[in-house]
Formats: sequence, structure tokens, C-alpha cells
Amino acid sequence: MKYITAFIKPHKLDEVREALNDVGVSGLSVTEIRGFGRQKGHKEIYRGAEYKVEFVAKLKVEVAVKAELAERVSETIVAAARTGSIGDGKVFIWDLESAVRIRTGEKDTAAI
Amino acid sequence: MKKISVITILALSWVVGLTSFAAYADEAPTKAEPQIAAPAENAAATSAAEPAAAAPTEPQLVTADKISSGDTAWMLTSSGLVLFMTIPGLALFYAGMVRKKNLLATIMQSFAITCVVSVLWWAVGYSLAFTPGSTPYLGGLSRLFMHGMRFVFDAKTPQLTVSHLALTIPESVYAMFQMTFAIITPALICGAFAERMKFSAMLIFMAIWSVVVYAPVAHWVWEPSGWLATMGVLDYAGGTVVHINAGIAALVCALVLGKRIGYGREFMAPHNLALTMIGASMLWVGWFGFNAGSAVAADGRAGMAMMVTQLATAAAALGWMFIEWILKGKPSVLGIASGAVAGLVAITPASGFVDPSGSMIIGLAAGVVCYFSATSLKHALGYDDSLDAFGVHCVGGILGALLTGVFANKEISGQDASLATQAIGVACTLIYSGVVSYVLLKIIDMTIGLRVSEEDERMGLDVSLHGEHVE
Repeated sequence: MKYITAFIKPHKLDEVREALNDVGVSGLSVTEIRGFGRQKGHKEIYRGAEYKVEFVAKLKVEVAVKAELAERVSETIVAAARTGSIGDGKVFIWDLESAVRIRTGEKDTAAI
Repeated sequence: MKKISVITILALSWVVGLTSFAAYADEAPTKAEPQIAAPAENAAATSAAEPAAAAPTEPQLVTADKISSGDTAWMLTSSGLVLFMTIPGLALFYAGMVRKKNLLATIMQSFAITCVVSVLWWAVGYSLAFTPGSTPYLGGLSRLFMHGMRFVFDAKTPQLTVSHLALTIPESVYAMFQMTFAIITPALICGAFAERMKFSAMLIFMAIWSVVVYAPVAHWVWEPSGWLATMGVLDYAGGTVVHINAGIAALVCALVLGKRIGYGREFMAPHNLALTMIGASMLWVGWFGFNAGSAVAADGRAGMAMMVTQLATAAAALGWMFIEWILKGKPSVLGIASGAVAGLVAITPASGFVDPSGSMIIGLAAGVVCYFSATSLKHALGYDDSLDAFGVHCVGGILGALLTGVFANKEISGQDASLATQAIGVACTLIYSGVVSYVLLKIIDMTIGLRVSEEDERMGLDVSLHGEHVE
């Protein structure tokens, strides 16, 4: 099993969700986060007081999949989330040791 | 660069258009004037004749047939409008500009001041401000606890008291109208010490300030026997009494309390400018009660005051917006709202004295001058006037008070204006309010302390002072 964490631009969420649905991903989690990478923040001015906003709003998408599906899911996210401009985000793939579905007690691939 | 030049041209063309029109408007209608002026003069003469015959100098009991229902209806409405400026107008205007952890504490200040000043106005304030005293510097004690303010029921001819300052409306309505001014003035000061003052110290300071600073200054300028009124200082709706008075006290507060922890290093941007914009809009609408209500009548002068208030506010808002757009690259929501308030402040002393052309120039000047006082001046001098109570209210008030001396139109007011006399009014208010505020703050600081602890300030005043918070 693999655990995939993707950082994407907020307005790309719907496209990513639809694309993942099409490749058979049946569930995912989304968190609003702030961060920075190569894309720097922006400047805000309030009555002459200038603030540099270093952290940019992003979404963190997390999804657990069977190992053989991981590469396809990653490619799908990259394709759906790409705009070509700086700040499109990143995808990380992790090894996942085990999983349990709380309601039924099912384990591992049956649980994801 | 191209963008900046486009904006500059836009702004310049607007300014040039405005000033050339103002110049045209000054000259063009001279021929038409006599026809328009004649009936107005007649009306003024008849309405002025009655009070002149009686010429009362203190509140008196009259029969109800002396009361104008039109004037009374407008003044009842105006009183509501001016109260609406403080709660929720000013409360929201300020609350949107603080960090979220201080939102409730900021709203609470305006609301609590409303309650405290209402009680004090009943007890002493009204009497000290609006009755003749034994000196030109302070009113008398004849209306303590509003004693003697009466309405006596009688099926045929009810009797009631009227103020000598407003002969056609009940004294209760006049005292209520003036109470709403006494409320908003200290509430304006809150902008200077936002996010760091103890609630208890704030309440004590405001309570004493409203009695020892607001009431005397209102007496000096507005009660006919007051020494600045006798001298001929013109202040239609409170540029001196309200805005300079509160604005200089605000600067003293900012200096005595010191900067917020992390000022200049940490992120202190406004948390919700939608609240600020709603508050500014409520202030704008409520200000018609403030300025047009200061006619104390539903008449032509009230109408003119309303018109110049609208024009000056619009001109100031555009002035601030364009200057910020040119210098900083973007026209901001906070900027246009701040400009509108600056215009409202500056036209306050002048409304009722100036014509529409004069109001446009006052408004434009206020927008540009207050932009620099709230941005460059504040940062150059390094004080933390958190929400620019000094930069907008004191500077805008001074500008308006002085320009009243320049643009006052005798046809509208029947009174002579002088720049020098206006300057005396400004200077006396600056010195008196500044010095007394400083002494009061020092005494409170030595006894109970002015500021919350560093831990409480970091936690936010909502939780540390009031035990509540908003999500």
C-alpha cells in the first residue's frame, strides 16, 4: 500500500477530485494549509504599513491506495493540478504499513 | 509604469475637472442669485424674528404650540442617526481593523462608552455643557440630573421646557441629540489605544474625560455664553468639539500607553475589512444626523449641510483612493473607507457654512492630507496610533476647522468667518484636551495601570479581558 500526499493550488481541487474518481480512488482527505516553496509570498499594504505575506494558501490532498495504483494516481494528480506556472505544488508517495476500517475492523487493502 | 501613468491621468483629470467646475460654479450663477436669494432671506427673517424678540439665554418653560413638529421629527431622527454612528457604526469600523483576537474587546469599548456617557450626561454633562454658567468657561449646575427638564401634560395646552439653543423642539430632544455627540467623541479615542488598554482603565478615563474635557469644550464653542462662541469661532457640527478634541486625546493616549508588543515587526493587518467597510458606511449615513441635524431644524440650512456632507465625503474618498493608487499601486478598500471618514470629519465644522463648491475642495484636501498623516507622518514619528484616531480625526478636524474660515459663505450662515479666529479655537482645544488627557492618563497609570500584561496582550483582549472569543 502507498500513501500519497499532494500539495496543490486551491482552485485545482475539483479537477483533481474528478480525475482521481475516474481512476478508481474511492476516498481522500483535504486540509487547508499555508506554505512556501519556489513561489514567494506577496505584499499587503494597510494605510502605509507594508506586510510581506510569506506563506501562500495551498491544499493538502491525502489518499491511501494499493501499491500498484500509486504511480497512476500520482500521474493523475500531476496532470489535473498542473497550470504550468510557479507554485503548482508537489506530490509525495510514502510506504504505508497497515490500515484499519474503524466500523468493520477490516484490515489493509480491504480497509482503503 | 504605464499603469501608474494611466491612474495618474485619471486622478488628475478628476481633480482638474473638479476644481475648474468649482471655479465656474463660483462665478456663473451670480446673475441668478437675487431671484433665488430673495425668498430665502424673507423666510430667514421671519423665522429669526420670533426668537429675537424673546432672546432667552437659558432653558425655559413654554406652551406646546411653540414647538415645531417638523423640526422635532427631524431631531428625533437625527438623534437616532448619530447614536447609530457609534453603535454599531464606529464599533464595526474599528473592530474590522484589529486582529481577530481583539474584535470583541474593540466593539465592547464603543458599547460600554455609550452606556457610561449616557448616565453621566444625565447626571452632569448636559448641565455643564448647555446651560449658562457663572463663567464663560463652564456651564451651570441648574440641569444636574436633568432637574427642571419638564413636560407637563394638559389636554388643552401642554407645557414643556425648551433649550435656549433650540427654541422649536422639546428640551428633552435637544439634550438627547447632544448626548449622542457626547457619546461618540470619547468612543473615537479608542482607535489610538486599540489592542492593549485595560478595560477598567479605559472606562475610568472615558468617564472622567467626558465630564472634564468634553463638557467644557462643548460649552466654550456651542453655548452662546461660552468664551470661544463669543469670540466668533465657527463649528457647525463638531470639528473642534468632537474631532480635534478626541483626536488630540487619542495622540496623547498613543504616546502615554506606548506601542503594541511587536509593533512594526509582527503581522498586525486588519482581520476583516468587510466589517470596517460596513462601519464606515454606517458612519456616512449616520453623519447626516450629525451635520444636517446640527441645524436643529428641518430647514434649508439643514438641506445644504446634508448636500455638502455627501459631496465632501465622496471627494475625500476619491482623493485618498487615487493618491494611494498612484503611490502604492493599488486602490484599497481600507483606503477608500478611510478617505470617506476623513471627508466626513473635515466637512463637519464647515457644513452649514459652506456651499457645494467649497465642500468639494475641503473634501479633496481632507482625503489627500489625511492619507499622508495616517501613513507617512505616523511612520515617520513612530507612535502607534493603531487605528489612526489622530491621523484622521485630529488632522481632518483641524483642516476642516481652518478651511471653514476660508470657505464659509455668508449667504448661507449670515455669520462672518475668520481664519485667525478659527485657529484660536483649534489651538485652545488642542492645548486643553491634550494637557488634561495627559494628566488623567498619568494618574490612572500610577494607580491602576493603563495596559494589560504582556501575556494578556499576546493572548488577545477578547479572552483575557472578557472571557469570550469569536471563531
